[in-house]
Amino acid sequence: MTQILMPALSPTMEEGNLTKWLVKVGDAIEPGRVIAEIETDKATMEVEAVDEGTVTELLVAEGAQGVKVNTPIAVLSGEGEEPSPPSRGRGQGEGGRSGAPRVENRPPPPNPAPQGGGNSIAQSDPEIPAGTQMIKITVRDALRDAMAEEMRADDRVFVMGEEVAEYQGAYKVTRELLQEFGAQRVVDTPITEHGFAGLGVGAAMAGLKPIVEFMTWNFAMQAIDQIINSAAKTLYMSGGQIKSSIVFRGPNGAASRVAAQHSQDYSSWYSHVPGLIVIAPYDAADAKGLLKAAIRNPNPVVFLEHEMLYGQEFEIPDLKDWIVPIGKAKVRRQGVDVTITAHSRMVGMALKAAEELAKQGIEAEVIDLRTLRPLDTETILESVRKTNRIVTVEEGWGQSGVGAEICARVTADAFDYLDAPPTRVHQVDAPLAYAANLEALALPSVEKIIDAVKAVTYR
Amino acid sequence: MSKGNGKHASAEATKDELLQYYRDMLLIRRFEERAGQLYGMGLIGGFCHLYIGQEAVVVGMQAALHEGDQVITAYRDHGHMLAAGMTANGVMAELTGRSGGYSKGKGGSMHMFSIEKAFYGGHGIVGAQVSLGTGLAFANKYRKDGKVCLTYFGDGAANQGQVYESFNMASLWKLPVVYIVENNQYAMGTSIQRSSSETHLHKRGVSFNIPGEEVDGMDVVAVREAGKRAVERARAGEGPMLLEMKTYRYRGHSMSDPAKYRTKEEVDEQKAKRDPIEHVKKLIVDAGYATEDDLKATDREIRAIVSESATFAQESPEPNPSELMTDIYIQA
Repeated sequence: MTQILMPALSPTMEEGNLTKWLVKVGDAIEPGRVIAEIETDKATMEVEAVDEGTVTELLVAEGAQGVKVNTPIAVLSGEGEEPSPPSRGRGQGEGGRSGAPRVENRPPPPNPAPQGGGNSIAQSDPEIPAGTQMIKITVRDALRDAMAEEMRADDRVFVMGEEVAEYQGAYKVTRELLQEFGAQRVVDTPITEHGFAGLGVGAAMAGLKPIVEFMTWNFAMQAIDQIINSAAKTLYMSGGQIKSSIVFRGPNGAASRVAAQHSQDYSSWYSHVPGLIVIAPYDAADAKGLLKAAIRNPNPVVFLEHEMLYGQEFEIPDLKDWIVPIGKAKVRRQGVDVTITAHSRMVGMALKAAEELAKQGIEAEVIDLRTLRPLDTETILESVRKTNRIVTVEEGWGQSGVGAEICARVTADAFDYLDAPPTRVHQVDAPLAYAANLEALALPSVEKIIDAVKAVTYR
Repeated sequence: MSKGNGKHASAEATKDELLQYYRDMLLIRRFEERAGQLYGMGLIGGFCHLYIGQEAVVVGMQAALHEGDQVITAYRDHGHMLAAGMTANGVMAELTGRSGGYSKGKGGSMHMFSIEKAFYGGHGIVGAQVSLGTGLAFANKYRKDGKVCLTYFGDGAANQGQVYESFNMASLWKLPVVYIVENNQYAMGTSIQRSSSETHLHKRGVSFNIPGEEVDGMDVVAVREAGKRAVERARAGEGPMLLEMKTYRYRGHSMSDPAKYRTKEEVDEQKAKRDPIEHVKKLIVDAGYATEDDLKATDREIRAIVSESATFAQESPEPNPSELMTDIYIQA
């Protein structure tokens, strides 16, 4: 007997839906035979058999949702008695460009509740009008909706990048935009980051409002000259004449097991540069509200998303035109003992750490930076004046990082309030490893945040 | 790949056109000579790349454009700006870093712009303007406004990767852009023979289905005729062309370059045999359109414009210190 296991079809897949069985009990199958269709959060893909044998049992019903990776889904009787490795999909992930999963244009299912939960969010949110209906939506769809709404409102807005149109987005963030807006405004580019980033800036200088998607920010290093030298500096160098209203967006930071070249956090790189606005949202409401604000903004915006958040579902206010102001941090959890700053995926970890700390009698205030440039220093200082301690959390390296900047500002402007040295949690000072254990050791974690908080609270 | 020899073209220019070209080229030359002088006096700082010798390229190409068509180039840009109709005062005051300059003194020699004259810079990174110009053309096509973008680069930029990334997209999408490579034969101090595996740069578009043409860049009318063909082709939606202008710069790469990589004889020969201004002057005088004395009057007018620009550039105040922190962001 051989069990067929639910396969992982992308680097970040944890579960999927079994949409269709293509075999039935009693079928004799051979390696390579397509046995099922599985829907991940990015695509629907075919699964092939690896072993030869006869199907004796289907363990998961057609249409089953949220089947965890490595769950047995069928049983084969064959000549061998040894259990077989899980069958593999045809594609092996999108970000690496190495696989080309067959795509069907269906809305991807959400991942389960976000890590860290939204439970700690203050009940009354001053940004949301009282009585507003809340709806659940993934970060991916929130970003999509933001683009669609702004494209409806302003015909100067268009989106371009690799696989944004016919493929529906490598991570499905541009799903169905081609169908609504057509090929003139949803533009598939060749794999040519330097070229299309520059082309986008030129189009912006001519008065259009491009959204340039990088499949990941790792590939944007080929284009960084155009982002900085052309987009960020030309307003100044032209004495205010040449404007570049453009959004560069895509997933940033470590996904899962894709190794150093595909796992870099560029937060500190871009937040170094005057002339750029840099945004790194955590939840769906901020993703949508800030992306809409970014598209409307007359300046060049670097919009750093996170692949690990795309499939997470959050509540979002059901408003016709939900906008979140650029440059304002958000206090996601009130506390009096320590301030924790974080952005993007790290916010979830910080909230989870705060929950654990609360059980031990430490009340952490968690600030979601949301915008990295301009940085909302005042919200951080106000919190530190109350808590007298700060721990910064970021996914990137420490040297010259976002945390380093925050610690410098806090030290300069709230020195007399500090009861402990400002402390940073960040990635270790090495390229990110592929091996699962080394990858986990390198990145920030809930435990590392808890340890840092205990150090500054002398517990 | 046709090869224009330019010889047939000269006859096609009218008296008024030739007199205008003479005047426009002379303005660039006298302006650049004065800029060199002000640099020597310490009034212009940093890098300053003079256009002397290449005047026929921009004057000829500008004559092929319609109102509203855009121009973008790299850092040897003073000639392009004057040809586009930007004022000598505004350009010279930018060179001296004064508030009366086109970028209020914040850009300098390599970074000037005029939306009014559809001049989009003035860019300091070799090759970057090629992607930007392709984007300007993308916007023209997006808006269906019938405009064409002239995108200039040098033989040095011809070896930058993003030039070819841009060629690919421009041809694929039939963007209304004309690429002009000003081959003055030296990328800073490296001759084209030492830098390029294919020295016939007009062939560099072949694998992108971009037709190329070699043009005598010292003959303003030949430039104009080739320019018209390429511009109207682009405007008709047939995609980009690549024009290789065979030209020569008389001065070093920048003011600080003694140009030891070429002989004095080589430079003297180019000046004696190919000078673009002398060429037009001869056409005018031979055709009886004007006498040497008539042209001297033009010369005096031009000198007056340039002198005034030098005075303006020295009298215009430095930017107010408050300008230090303006033009970084636009208030949303």
